[in-house]
Amino acid sequence: MTRTMTSLAALVAASLGSAAWAQDPTEIRMMWYSDGIEGEVMQDLVTRFEEQNPDIDIVFDNVAYQVIQEQLPIQLASGQGPDIARVTNLKEQAEHWLDLRPLVADAAYWDTNFGDRFDWMRDTGSDAIPGFLTQLTLTGGYANATLFEQAGVALPGADATWDDWIAASQQVMESQQLPAAFAIDRSGHRISGPAASYGANYIGADGAPAAIDDGTMAFAGKLVDWTTQGLMLPEVWVSAAGTTYRAAADDFINAQIPFYYSGSWQVANLSSKIGDAFDWVATGSPCGDAGCSGLAGGAALVAVKYTQHPEEVARVMDFLASEEIVREFSERTLFLPAHAGVVAAGGLEFQSEDPNVPTALDTFVTASTQTVPTADALPAWIYANAYYGALVTRISQVMAGELSLDEARTLMDQDIADQVAAAQQ
Amino acid sequence: MAGLGDLLGRAVLWPFVLLARLIDLPLRVWQRWTGIGGMAAVFLAPTLLIFGVFVLVPLGLNFAYAMTGGTGILLGERPFVGFEQYGRLLECEDYTRRLTCREDQFWTAVGNTGVFVIFQVTLMVAVSLITALILNRNIRGRGFFRAVFFFPVLLSPVVVGLIWRWILQRQGLLNLIMVNLGLDPQVWLNDRFYAFAATIGVSTWAHMGFYTLILLAGLQAIPRDLYEAAEMDATPPTRVFRRITLPLLAPNLAVVLVLALIRGVQIFDEVYVLTGGGPGTSTLFLTQYIYEAGFASILRNPGLAAAASILMGAVLVVLTLLQLWLSRRAEGGRVR
Repeated sequence: MTRTMTSLAALVAASLGSAAWAQDPTEIRMMWYSDGIEGEVMQDLVTRFEEQNPDIDIVFDNVAYQVIQEQLPIQLASGQGPDIARVTNLKEQAEHWLDLRPLVADAAYWDTNFGDRFDWMRDTGSDAIPGFLTQLTLTGGYANATLFEQAGVALPGADATWDDWIAASQQVMESQQLPAAFAIDRSGHRISGPAASYGANYIGADGAPAAIDDGTMAFAGKLVDWTTQGLMLPEVWVSAAGTTYRAAADDFINAQIPFYYSGSWQVANLSSKIGDAFDWVATGSPCGDAGCSGLAGGAALVAVKYTQHPEEVARVMDFLASEEIVREFSERTLFLPAHAGVVAAGGLEFQSEDPNVPTALDTFVTASTQTVPTADALPAWIYANAYYGALVTRISQVMAGELSLDEARTLMDQDIADQVAAAQQ
Repeated sequence: MAGLGDLLGRAVLWPFVLLARLIDLPLRVWQRWTGIGGMAAVFLAPTLLIFGVFVLVPLGLNFAYAMTGGTGILLGERPFVGFEQYGRLLECEDYTRRLTCREDQFWTAVGNTGVFVIFQVTLMVAVSLITALILNRNIRGRGFFRAVFFFPVLLSPVVVGLIWRWILQRQGLLNLIMVNLGLDPQVWLNDRFYAFAATIGVSTWAHMGFYTLILLAGLQAIPRDLYEAAEMDATPPTRVFRRITLPLLAPNLAVVLVLALIRGVQIFDEVYVLTGGGPGTSTLFLTQYIYEAGFASILRNPGLAAAASILMGAVLVVLTLLQLWLSRRAEGGRVR
């Protein structure tokens, strides 16, 4: 009996001791959204990190983009939120990002490879390292080559204007009895590259928003005309109020429109969903009077300054920002890398058997050299979202017949002025 | 068997009995010290605490937010601006032309909500009344039909919105049927008139079961002998309806009317999913305006949203008081 009791006591003491020694891994929450397959790829990379670093447990929250846009800002404002997040609203939320400079293993590596775009996601004048762009994006178009071929309409060339593209797409629409000739995502960001191609400049001399100019109105007027003529798919822009974001990717994937203007981040999405249903090509951005510009941008993985585990967060970020991982992420997701070293080394082997993919990515790389300076300035401009919001809201109302273009111009200026005044209060 | 049941019952109740015995003494002491009034406070305290935390505090915060400006989200980061947000909402050069208003979309939402309430509430009350009258008759499968009409009430508003969106969209069920009948398909949700009509129809479909149930209860409370007397006098059915059914159903109708009015002013979820407020702003209602201004818009302004919600709240308070007055008048009538 005594021996049994002694053995039990020893067992209890041993288990208590081992429990004290075994520390729970540090939990890091990562909030992520996906346009295509990148969530699965990132989940793989995260799992690999956890295997190599058993003291860190990453909870990977793959959420809808709307959560990033609507709920994350409120969490951040209240000093909450994940430890790491993938975001597109980079500059306006800069106050919430953790400066990784004193925490990362080699700050010089970060400066060299990602430094060109830190200003997109930090306060002006700051030298912080808030995170890195998971991909560089560029707005641009896609054409359904099969529909064009079936209609006997030649794809417009590299220097084709917006009018050329819409005219050609109209022929395809009529020939193939499609509901519309084209669609463009319902987003102020999406129409700003094309507007810059017509001479639009949003930024005033003092860095404050300029009044809505003729270039902006020229492209807005075209969008309205194309909608009223039944050429632009009305479901995307007209059928919503306010600044609601709506993509038209599904309409292109379902072959309802021969031409779609969105951006480079759609390549993987289109490839995986269209499969071999039809051939498609990336077209770059059609031309206006002042250029053939898209709008650069990107999604960034940022560290949130309210984290309780900054050292562990930095270790995760170091891993994900490493050249090897960035290369793998880009090759698997078909995203354009924003890592200077990966870009310079070249030789990316994009993992897709879809013959449409390599040419599409090449087209976007070529198109990235054609952006105009007024568009290039927007990603790092603090008032870009105020401008985008006013554009979407009011142009949609003109399309719906609620406003004239002149009224919309006045109201857009008023909306932007109100937003600037609120920001300065 | 009964012994076992008794034992089980005691086992289940035992923790509660123990708890009651534990708090019995302090409560006795408290009652002796404060009297019976103090005991009421004790029993009300949990409810008041929950009500305070989840209703009064947010209400107070809402009033506070409405007095602040800026783009910050936390109250402490927002500058005090007094009644500026109310002024911004209500500022118009000409109230008959919404574009002359500083917040033209607020006035659009107010106008849309007003028109929606007029048509939707009228339709809702009429359809609910007709349905209740039919279901009150001795028809075959009455129980089944009562369940069928009540079923949409059980659905989530988001599900309601999605179902009807799939029916009404360009490649939806309705257009499929129309094409098969040789008719031209319509883009229902892109047309201002059809989209607005759809919001009225869908919200009526979704909620009429609830109001039908209230009216059915009222109809069944009407004494049968009144109808038997009318039948003996060979009174025409229309006269029976006007002279017996309608007057005796009036209290229930009043409650239905006011509840439908309140619900109509608050309309949001199913319409937001169905039309997103479009085409343009033709189905933008007040609650969506508040949601967009406070949370969803790129041009987010929590102060403006709070002020708009307080103005909407004032309208709802008036409607609620009206409902209370009507309910009490009805109860008083019954007592007399």
